[in-house]
Amino acid sequence: MTFWKLFARNRGAVIGLLILFLMTFLAITAGLFFPADPFSLAGVPMSPPGENGFLLGSDSLGRDVAAGIAHGAKTSLLIGLLATLVAVFVGIVMGALAGYYGGIIDNLLMRFTEMFQTIPSFIFAILLVAIMKPSIESIVIAIAVVSWPAVARLVRGEFLSLRNREFVQACHTLGMSDIRIMLGEILPNCLSPVIVIGSLMVATAILIESGLAFLGLGDPNIMSWGFQIGAGRTLLRSAWWVCTFPGIAILVTVLAINLVGEGINDALNPRLRERT
Amino acid sequence: MSRLLDISDLHVALPAESQRPYAVEGMNLHLDPNEILCVVGESGSGKSLTARAVMGLLPKPHVQISKGSVVFEGEDLAQASDERLREIRGSEISMIFQEPMTALNPVMTIGTQIDEVFRFHQRMSGKERRSRALKLLQDVQLPDPEQTLKAYPHELSGGQRQRAMIAMALALDPKILIADEPTTALDVTTQAQVLKLIKEMQAAHGTGVLFITHDFGVVADIADRVCVMQNGLVVETGTTEQVLGSPSHPYTQALIAAVPDLVPRPARPRSTEIVMRVKNLEKTYRSGGGLFGGKGRVVHAANDVSVDLARGETLGIVGESGSGKSTVARCIVRLNDAEAGQILLGDVDLRPLGRAAMRPHRSKIQMVFQDPFASLNPRTRIGKIIAQGPMMYGASAKEAKDRTLELLEIVGLDARAYERFPHEFSGGQRQRIGIARALALEPEILVADEPVSALDVSIQAQILTLLDEIRDRMNLSMIFITHDLRVAAQVCDRIAVMQRGKVIEVGPTSTMFANPTETYTRELLAAVPGKDWFSEKKIAAAKPG
Repeated sequence: MTFWKLFARNRGAVIGLLILFLMTFLAITAGLFFPADPFSLAGVPMSPPGENGFLLGSDSLGRDVAAGIAHGAKTSLLIGLLATLVAVFVGIVMGALAGYYGGIIDNLLMRFTEMFQTIPSFIFAILLVAIMKPSIESIVIAIAVVSWPAVARLVRGEFLSLRNREFVQACHTLGMSDIRIMLGEILPNCLSPVIVIGSLMVATAILIESGLAFLGLGDPNIMSWGFQIGAGRTLLRSAWWVCTFPGIAILVTVLAINLVGEGINDALNPRLRERT
Repeated sequence: MSRLLDISDLHVALPAESQRPYAVEGMNLHLDPNEILCVVGESGSGKSLTARAVMGLLPKPHVQISKGSVVFEGEDLAQASDERLREIRGSEISMIFQEPMTALNPVMTIGTQIDEVFRFHQRMSGKERRSRALKLLQDVQLPDPEQTLKAYPHELSGGQRQRAMIAMALALDPKILIADEPTTALDVTTQAQVLKLIKEMQAAHGTGVLFITHDFGVVADIADRVCVMQNGLVVETGTTEQVLGSPSHPYTQALIAAVPDLVPRPARPRSTEIVMRVKNLEKTYRSGGGLFGGKGRVVHAANDVSVDLARGETLGIVGESGSGKSTVARCIVRLNDAEAGQILLGDVDLRPLGRAAMRPHRSKIQMVFQDPFASLNPRTRIGKIIAQGPMMYGASAKEAKDRTLELLEIVGLDARAYERFPHEFSGGQRQRIGIARALALEPEILVADEPVSALDVSIQAQILTLLDEIRDRMNLSMIFITHDLRVAAQVCDRIAVMQRGKVIEVGPTSTMFANPTETYTRELLAAVPGKDWFSEKKIAAAKPG
């Protein structure tokens, strides 16, 4: 069966993928539908949804919530994706080296990894962003720094079990170099769990970014969902829409990514493939 | 009426997308009290699922009995409730499995696990249960039963674990014992002992034994009657004499013909050119110890091992598990580093060479691995698996491809295999691919580590013939590691017997089989299953008329 067929067997995953496409579309076309700066004061403050020309209402300063969501989608998806890529890359390098060579190298790298894992990740992220200047780069770095250990542990485990497999030993007897064995032989065999964990990490990254922005640690020049919720939290009872719509956007996106991740897991897991 | 178990028209259905609709189809079989019935077949024949169907242990709902009956003392087990089956299991029908390590609970002592059997099925005082358990362990001839009761499964050897399993299975004096390949994971000498034990216990208790196996040698040793299965169908049943002596079905005939016999191949002249000398090789494994000191365990896996390999000959290294035979092979191909000694290839000592210095010599010694399912990268196409070796040593893509196609032909595979992935091939075909990969670098020495032990007998014979052909055609020298003396007899010119890291005896196959000098070698030879039966067969066949 093709990958797509296997993936499509999980209906939730297909729905998730659709939502994700919609969100990406929204992020890409944000500038077309909402050409104005989402920070600009566009009209009457505190307009309920559908009034004064605001589809989803406006906040206490008269900023368009719908424009904020569209532009915020770009931020959230971008940060989620970038942070995950960085984390997965670092995690694979560390995990591969530790798992393949074992011994002292493994010990050192894993103790180093544990140092990162002992600090609660969100608090660690706050700390990192507070030390660096709040900017989109520092947020990406902070999220990546707190997420790579999970990937490293996973990759290490896979490498540990694969390095003693006979096909890897066959490569040794051919005289293949370590780098080639790691990249060409072992890595492709442990990519599926990495892809799965990576797809789920995008969701976590979006949540962390929103949390940071909510606490005022986001990039002040870039609109994001977390920032919108943070700005609207004092008005929750008088203007519910300011917090609610960005909140729904986060919920739906994270859910969609989780569903897709789940679907990829099902499709890549050969043991599930046999079942119906 | 006296039938203990009567299976009629049994169909076990497989899930819809499987290769065939039924795992077992239209099976008719019966088991009488006090007899051993062997169900024989190659992998995928449905023999294990038959056993599970009787026990009510099929992986429902994917696999289930769709038709037919399994009548045990007038009661149809196919219709019985789960509740009733649970009562029967353990007390009336019990089972022993292939791998005693996984069948026993690793965190419970043997005593507790035997005790459980009594507690679940009968009311007895703790004291009584304990004395019964002790008695059982004595019956299965475990040394020091008191101590064994307190032992955890990992503290026992494979054979002892299987004895403990048998004790558990026989705890409540069941009427039927189902044994699913109970000796496959054991060494030959242990296998012989466990088979003897099963036979004794069966005779003492009058139990009906349903014995699942793939090995005709075991059948010859233990069975009263035999049932041969192929692709879910029973192709032949009869007494052991009938089936082994004059098999009527062509499949049975082929299977029996494929069983390697203990008659060594005719001796060939040995070349005077020695391609490799291994001298005084030493390798120890250490375990435990750790960061804060503590005493680790030291195992001498290779202890002063010296062997010579002449051009064009096959040297067998034979021994039981833990004898160090694989370690020696791995040291020779430099997957492991030996601590002392010499590995002389021509005039070069390979042992002390580092990775870079070793590289030019790598291509001369290649290896064929045991497990055809683990030895090929599942994500790489066959073409690349074979061609990447030559390409690393500077062949162009075109040359490598031509060479690969030629090799595929030599090992008897279609050229279309080039574009395919390992999972599309059967075990035997994969082993052929593994051989092609090893040959791609045009080695002088081929080290084969148990290359056929994971394969069915009929496939084994093919691979052994192939290895033989290739050795002659390419003028290779071969080191052949095996635990199976029958296989060794077929392919090896000379044999080195290893025990606990030491080579205890080396000599030409025929001499060694006729006149083994060491006691251990004699024990090994005596333990080969079906030895008497199959050697008689050969003698009979050799006599004309």
